[in-house]
Parts: sequence; C-alpha cells; structure tokens
Amino acid sequence: MTEILTFTDVTAGYGPTHVLRGVSLSIHKGERLAIIGRNGAGKTTLMATMMGLTRMHGGQITLNGQRIDRLPPFKRNALGLGLVPQTRDIFKSLSVEENLLAANGTMALEEAYALFPRLKERRRNGGGQLSGGEQQMLAIARTLMTEPQVILLDEPLEGLAPVICEHLMDVFDKLAQSGRTLLLVEQHAEAALSFASRAVLMSNGAIVHDGPSDELKQAPDLLHRHVGLALTSEEDT
Amino acid sequence: MRFLPLVFVALAAAAFFVFPYDLAFLTRILIMIVLVLSVDLILGYAGVPTLGQAAMYGAGAYAAGLFAIHVWADPVAGLIIGGLAGAALAFVSGLIVMRTHGLTAIMLTIAVAQICLEIANRARDITGGAEGLRGIRMEPVLGLFAFDFIGQTGYWYALIVVCVVFAALAVIGRAPFGMSLRGIHESRDRMLAIGAPVYWRLVLAYTLGGAVAGIGGALAAQITQLVSLETLSFTLSAEALIMLILGGTGRLYGAVIGTVLFMTVHHLAAANDPFNWLFVIGGMVLAMVFFLPSGLISLGHALKGGRK
Repeated sequence: MTEILTFTDVTAGYGPTHVLRGVSLSIHKGERLAIIGRNGAGKTTLMATMMGLTRMHGGQITLNGQRIDRLPPFKRNALGLGLVPQTRDIFKSLSVEENLLAANGTMALEEAYALFPRLKERRRNGGGQLSGGEQQMLAIARTLMTEPQVILLDEPLEGLAPVICEHLMDVFDKLAQSGRTLLLVEQHAEAALSFASRAVLMSNGAIVHDGPSDELKQAPDLLHRHVGLALTSEEDT
Repeated sequence: MRFLPLVFVALAAAAFFVFPYDLAFLTRILIMIVLVLSVDLILGYAGVPTLGQAAMYGAGAYAAGLFAIHVWADPVAGLIIGGLAGAALAFVSGLIVMRTHGLTAIMLTIAVAQICLEIANRARDITGGAEGLRGIRMEPVLGLFAFDFIGQTGYWYALIVVCVVFAALAVIGRAPFGMSLRGIHESRDRMLAIGAPVYWRLVLAYTLGGAVAGIGGALAAQITQLVSLETLSFTLSAEALIMLILGGTGRLYGAVIGTVLFMTVHHLAAANDPFNWLFVIGGMVLAMVFFLPSGLISLGHALKGGRK
C-alpha cells in the first residue's frame, strides 16, 4: 500500500513543553488506524501536530511524499488533511448551515446533509442550540466540507449516546469505503479496535505498540501491559 | 429583524421633516454611523480590537478633500478616492497589526492613528495643519443635486451612502467570507484547521473596514467642506468604539442604534451642561455594561427574560 502520511522522529508540544517524544509512524492510503492510550498519553497532541497546531521541536512530517511540517494548518488542509477536534469547536454565533459554509469548502451542502440528515432538519438552528451528538455531526460535516483525504478524528464518540455512536461509526465506515484514510483516537479501545485494521498504542508521548487490531483483540493483555487499558468485555467479566 | 432596515430608513426620512433645523446634526449622525459600521466589521465580525479607526477615516477625509480641491470635485468620485485611501492605509498597517493579538493589536492601531495625526499636523502646506484643510467646494451630486446651505442635499446624500454601506456589509456578513470572520472571532485555530488562511482574511477584513471608514471620512469632508486634525484623533476612535459597544457588536444594527443613542445623548447633555456632559455619557456606558452587556440590540431578548 502507498504511504500517505509519515511521522519521522517527531518531537512536539506546546511552547517549550515536549509532549510527543520521537514519534515515528507511517500511515497508508485508505487505512483505518486507531490510536489508543490513556488521558495525557499524547493522542490529541499527535493529531494537533499533524494539523500544525502545536510547536514542533524536531523530526519531519510528510503528506503524499511532500514535507508539511513547516506549513500552516490551512495549507495542510488544502493538501488533504482534515481534523475533527475533541472539543468540536462549533461556532455558536453561526447557524448549522453557516458553520458548514464558513469552511468555504468544495463539497456541496447536500452531500453533508446526505451523511447527516439530522443537520438538514436543524440547518437554521444556532450552533449553540445543538445536542452533543448533533454538535459532533456538525464538527465532522464541517471538516468534510473541504474534502480531506486523511481525516483525523479525535475522540468523536466521547460522551455520546450509543445510538449516535453507531450512526457515527456507520458514517466512518462509508468514508473509509470511499477510499479516505481515517485516524481514530479513542479511549474506548473496543470501539476503536472494531473499526480499525491497525492500532497504535501510546503512552507518555511515545508509541509503545503498533500492529494489527486483531492482534490486540486476541491478546487484550497487550493493551493492559502497554497502556493500562482493558477491553469493555474484559472489564465486565 | 428583516424589516429593521426599512424601519431605519423610514425613521431617517421622517427625521428630515420632523427636525428640519437640525439637519447638520442628523447628518453628523449618519456620517458617524458609517465609521461605526466599519468598526463593527473589524471588531464585531472579525474580533479584532481597534482604537485607531480614525486613521482610516481621516485618511479618507484628507484624500477626498485634496482630490476635490486639486483634481475633481465630483462627490461620488471623492467617495471612491476616500474609500481607496482608507483601504490602502488599512492594508499596509493591517499587514503588521493582524500579526498581533489583544493589547498589542490595540496599541498598534492607536500608534498608526497617532502617526497619521502627526504627519497631517506637520504637512501643513498640504493638509492645512492645525487649521484644517479648507476650500473644498463640491460639485452637485450626480451633476443634479447641489449642496445647499441648509444641508438638505447633504442629508439625503449621507443617508443614501449609509444605506449602500449597510447593504454591502450585510451582504459580506452573510457571504462565506463573513461567516469565516465570525468563525475566526470564535476560534482562530479551528478556522485554520478547516482551511481558512486566517491572517489574510483578517487583513482583508481590516482593509474593507478601512475602505468603509475612508468613505465615512470622505463623506464628512464633502458635506462639512472642512477636514480638521480631529478626524484622526484618538477621541474619535474611542467614541466610535463606545457607540458600537452601546448598540451591540456583530449585527450592524447595533452600530446604527448605538451611534444614534450616543450622539443624541451627547448632543442633549452638552447643550444642557457644556461642562459636565461627560458624566451623562459615562453613566450611560456604565449602565449598559452592567445591565445590557451585549448592547441595546439585546434589550428585547433581555426583557423576555433571556440571557443578555
């Protein structure tokens, strides 16, 4: 498979603080990658660094073979990277439709509404009047407006009702089937592993395990050993 | 809200007939509305704080005045020149100001206005210095309507300019560009991440705001036939900001309401007590900050028991 996004020995953080320590990672076109780790492991910083929202102290990042680590976020977006942030960052002063138009992307509104019919129903409502699930749908749709090839999803299921999570996972499936590359950051290992074909475990700003998801599903002790997490089914027993 | 612009125009037209001896004052209000609308685009939409909008207003006033004296006294051409002068100054200063945030940005906007003020003061041969730029004689508007002593033509001319500027800003505000400015106001990082070149959009917004302020300055120069150093003063910038805060930011209507309120209270208070009128203005601002922090535009919502 063709490499689409690579990290080589990346050290990054916020201001002088180093959060990521020498991270190297190679992501292939069309891949579904789960990034799993505890709070503070560096998952969100990894996403933010891909997007150019942190300060890089060393290493390099390439997208489709082109170095992007010195490019501002909007240029990375133009080259095909899209981030759905954990904080969603819905513009509360804008309506649903205006939130989508603010992205000034190339995708038609109707395509976004086809993925999320609920947004069409609420297109005149203000961003601040949406439920958590609707906000997450809007955050994802807004990112899709610029038609990114690599979609970075930072804890998109956090705090959402199971029925919404199922709907979002269906949407992620559709996006992956359309040939896009998806990176899913999740604390809930089970959901992430069921979606992804490959999983990366992070701890203390470094990658401590990188392998097929099935490997972790079959040997859940790896999860516990590396990042101190357990699958839900394991917790139940 | 859809009919508010029509209500404003109807009220402005009615004011012409109800207060026929106050046309000069009413025209001043209209000119200030243009300046405050420009601040609303920059602060209310894009979230860039400014205390130096008078720089662009003054640049427009001097450019239109000099253009009328030395080149062509056509009012519409003068407005275009004023707008271009304001836009040029805003673009050049915006390249630096938009690289900063918060207090630094405010200080830079003040500095730009003060530098312009000092240049206008020193360049006495061109600007008239402290005595102001005199000798502006405008041709009739569109070759048809001559400026008269009572100020009737000036009033309608200013009203039409306000309507055009308001409509243009309303269109910009509803366009994806306007929405992206509001997005930048709420979260620069998010707009960057969804592909917006935030810096250049802010420079463009600042330039557009400068053009609008320049048009306001040109309007003032043409109607009053005088450009003084006051057009570049810090006081003017600060008053424009206060007017916007009184009315409410980010809606355009707030700029109109705030300007009318401030100018009217100022006019009445100064007429009744020429020495202590500032107390009234101060009290009004304090009351607004405490009871309606989102400005007069939120009054209806507050009365219904909603959040201010």
